[in-house]
Amino acid sequence: MEGFRALNMPRGATAMSEAVYDLHMFVLTICVVIGIVVFGALAYSIAFHRKSRGVTPARFSHSTAVEVVWTIVPFLILVVMAVPAVRTLLAVEDTSGAEMTVKVTGYQWFWEYEYLDGEAEGIAFYSVLDEASDRARRLGSETDPREVEHYLRDVDQPLVLPTDTRIRFLLTANDVIHSWWVPEFGWKKDTIPGFINEAWTEIGEPGVYRGACAELCGRDHAFMPVVVVAKPPDEFRRWVAARHDTADGETSVAGR
Amino acid sequence: MSSVATHPDHGAHAAAKPRGFLRRWVLTTSHKDIGTLYLLFSLAMFFIGGAMAMVIRAELFQPGMDFVDPYFFNQMTTVHGLVMVFGAVMPAFVGLANWMVPLQIGAPDMALPRMNNWSFWLLPAAFSMMLVTFFLPGGAPAAGWTMYPPLVLQTGMAFPFLIFAVHIAGISSIMGAINIIATILNLRAPGMGLLKMPLFVWTWLVTAFLLIAVIPVLAGAITMLLTDQYFGTSFFSAAGGGDPVLYQHIFWFFGHPEVYILILPAFGIVSTILPAFARKPLFGYTSMVYAVASIAFLSFIVWGHHMFTVGMPTAGTLFFMFATMLIAVPTGVKVFNWLATLWRGALTFETPMLFALAFVVLFTIGGLSGIMLAIAPVDFQYHDTYFVVAHFHYVLVSGSIFAIMAAVYFWLPKWTGVMYSERLGKLHFWTSVVAMNLVFFPQHFLGLAGMPRRIADYPVEFMEWNMVSSVGAFAYGAAQLIFVWTVIQCMRGRGKPAPAKPWEGAEGLEWTVPSPAPHHTFHEPPKVV
Ligand SMILES: [Cu+2]
Ligand SMILES: [Cu+2]
Repeated sequence: MEGFRALNMPRGATAMSEAVYDLHMFVLTICVVIGIVVFGALAYSIAFHRKSRGVTPARFSHSTAVEVVWTIVPFLILVVMAVPAVRTLLAVEDTSGAEMTVKVTGYQWFWEYEYLDGEAEGIAFYSVLDEASDRARRLGSETDPREVEHYLRDVDQPLVLPTDTRIRFLLTANDVIHSWWVPEFGWKKDTIPGFINEAWTEIGEPGVYRGACAELCGRDHAFMPVVVVAKPPDEFRRWVAARHDTADGETSVAGR
Repeated sequence: MSSVATHPDHGAHAAAKPRGFLRRWVLTTSHKDIGTLYLLFSLAMFFIGGAMAMVIRAELFQPGMDFVDPYFFNQMTTVHGLVMVFGAVMPAFVGLANWMVPLQIGAPDMALPRMNNWSFWLLPAAFSMMLVTFFLPGGAPAAGWTMYPPLVLQTGMAFPFLIFAVHIAGISSIMGAINIIATILNLRAPGMGLLKMPLFVWTWLVTAFLLIAVIPVLAGAITMLLTDQYFGTSFFSAAGGGDPVLYQHIFWFFGHPEVYILILPAFGIVSTILPAFARKPLFGYTSMVYAVASIAFLSFIVWGHHMFTVGMPTAGTLFFMFATMLIAVPTGVKVFNWLATLWRGALTFETPMLFALAFVVLFTIGGLSGIMLAIAPVDFQYHDTYFVVAHFHYVLVSGSIFAIMAAVYFWLPKWTGVMYSERLGKLHFWTSVVAMNLVFFPQHFLGLAGMPRRIADYPVEFMEWNMVSSVGAFAYGAAQLIFVWTVIQCMRGRGKPAPAKPWEGAEGLEWTVPSPAPHHTFHEPPKVV
């Protein structure tokens, strides 16, 4: 039953996602108000201007003044929406000043993450749907997905990122177009074979952030989740060191 | 037999219908019979596409793969979209144009009756070709109705069938559009100036120009897919110097005007029905015409709003955002004009009016979520989620399809000569409107909460609203059987005989001919004052 509470966009984990959320709520509120006015007028007509009440229909069929008003007022409302929209857009698009860079590559049907610079440079790995989900999702599977913790929300190796760090993503794909999306970061970006897209984030709160591939990419499009584990910078540094020790910095591609 | 010039082969017995199935239906050049064929074809496609929607909603009823393979699920979403857009909604509007444009402008038939026959009979060919792919090795196309490369190039044997099916349906649309333009521009009754035409005729005139402008662009895009696949070109492959995003630009240059092709005739229908049941003239006729024209113009410069996440330059994103928001102005004018039409009218609520009123409310909801989607930085969140699915089903189901239903109930007495059952019509309306909102309103929530579209399976937290949506979908599907029964009853002539003008407040030339409309009408052009 708690699924009924899945109603709105998450506020998210970054200043950017909060700005996007606020803009969303602002635009939504304006649309709801417009809706109430329009549907209110319609409801009034339906309730009171009905033949069964014995009314005689009016004959008017135009009014230049009214028509000018309802051309100009919506235009002004649009301007009011456009101003914060432009401000937010410019912030989202500004990928400068990054402190570290991660390359994301989409495959049918998993992700690859490569740390391109800084102390984590050289770490690279694939991130694949976790085994429990993978078993439960098969047609005719004996496992009820509801019994699986984080069904379709978990991977074998999540992307680990430091908080309070401006991170730039370079996104591409190896086969078809995918789209890398973590709702808590406030954006998604298509990963396109042969091209590199840019995006950025700066995570405020440590935690686990879960997303998905958002662009139809074939049979298992639903089964390539994105999981990001955000750690405070010192913990992240420890994770990097451990990672360098165990995997010798090389891609752990066992089983691929 | 005064103006037999347009009907050389019927001159001797102008009132008789040709006998035999072949001559009556297959070889027909009558706009009325061809209109009926289009409408019945559309109804069949509506049920085929609807059956696929039922499979989709059954699979999505709960998490886990319960009935079908994910790849088959993708075939369902893909062919559902293609069938509904090109097979159900577009042919329904062409069918309505065939029936009503000549009757509304006082013309004896369409300007090009033989081409009319040809453009209809291409459609069963196109859709047989598309649907037969389900029986080919590899199954039907599964890359989405938008056919994005590189994914669509992974389609198996179905690939060339898909391309040629869309080509043939496109040729049919272009010929239909040419015919409608030729009819409207040449065959209007004396005295019917352009700004005296009924709005349904106006919206179709604009729609026809949109079709002629953009269907060839779609044809170009899918031909490039074909040559990329079989002839070694690399239009859309980075490995050969091409760009997959180029396809999206070309496709949506077609695709956005296409969504107006699917809604402008609906505007015309609603602008006809509201005044009839409000017993009051349409408010702001001239501004309605200008609004349709400016929506059509703007539709050519907004395609990028379907592609905000592909990584366009910021200037491009800003341009497409502003241009898209601007469409809200003429669209708003239309909605406000409809409200003003109802204001201080004397309303009654027969089935066509109910569907038209629901259109105004629910299309407006779809329009408002459209404004939200136009705002690029929040679209980065909405894009490719169920929020988008909810948005375009509000404009296509409660928009286009509700308008088509309204039109059918409105003109059915004229077509068949009998009144439909008002009781069943109302039952159909209320079940449809409740079910439709059950299906699609929760999808707004799902999209905002993070459910991507076109997924065959989903995380557990999305289960509850998906269940609601699926239950709504089955109810909506069942409700359409009431519609079929109602129409069949009328076609069999069961019902109260309809007078020439069954609606007290209706206006227009179509109500001056008897019900059912005789096989030949307006051989003598009517006088329009
Ligand atoms: Cu993917
Ligand atoms: Cu569009």
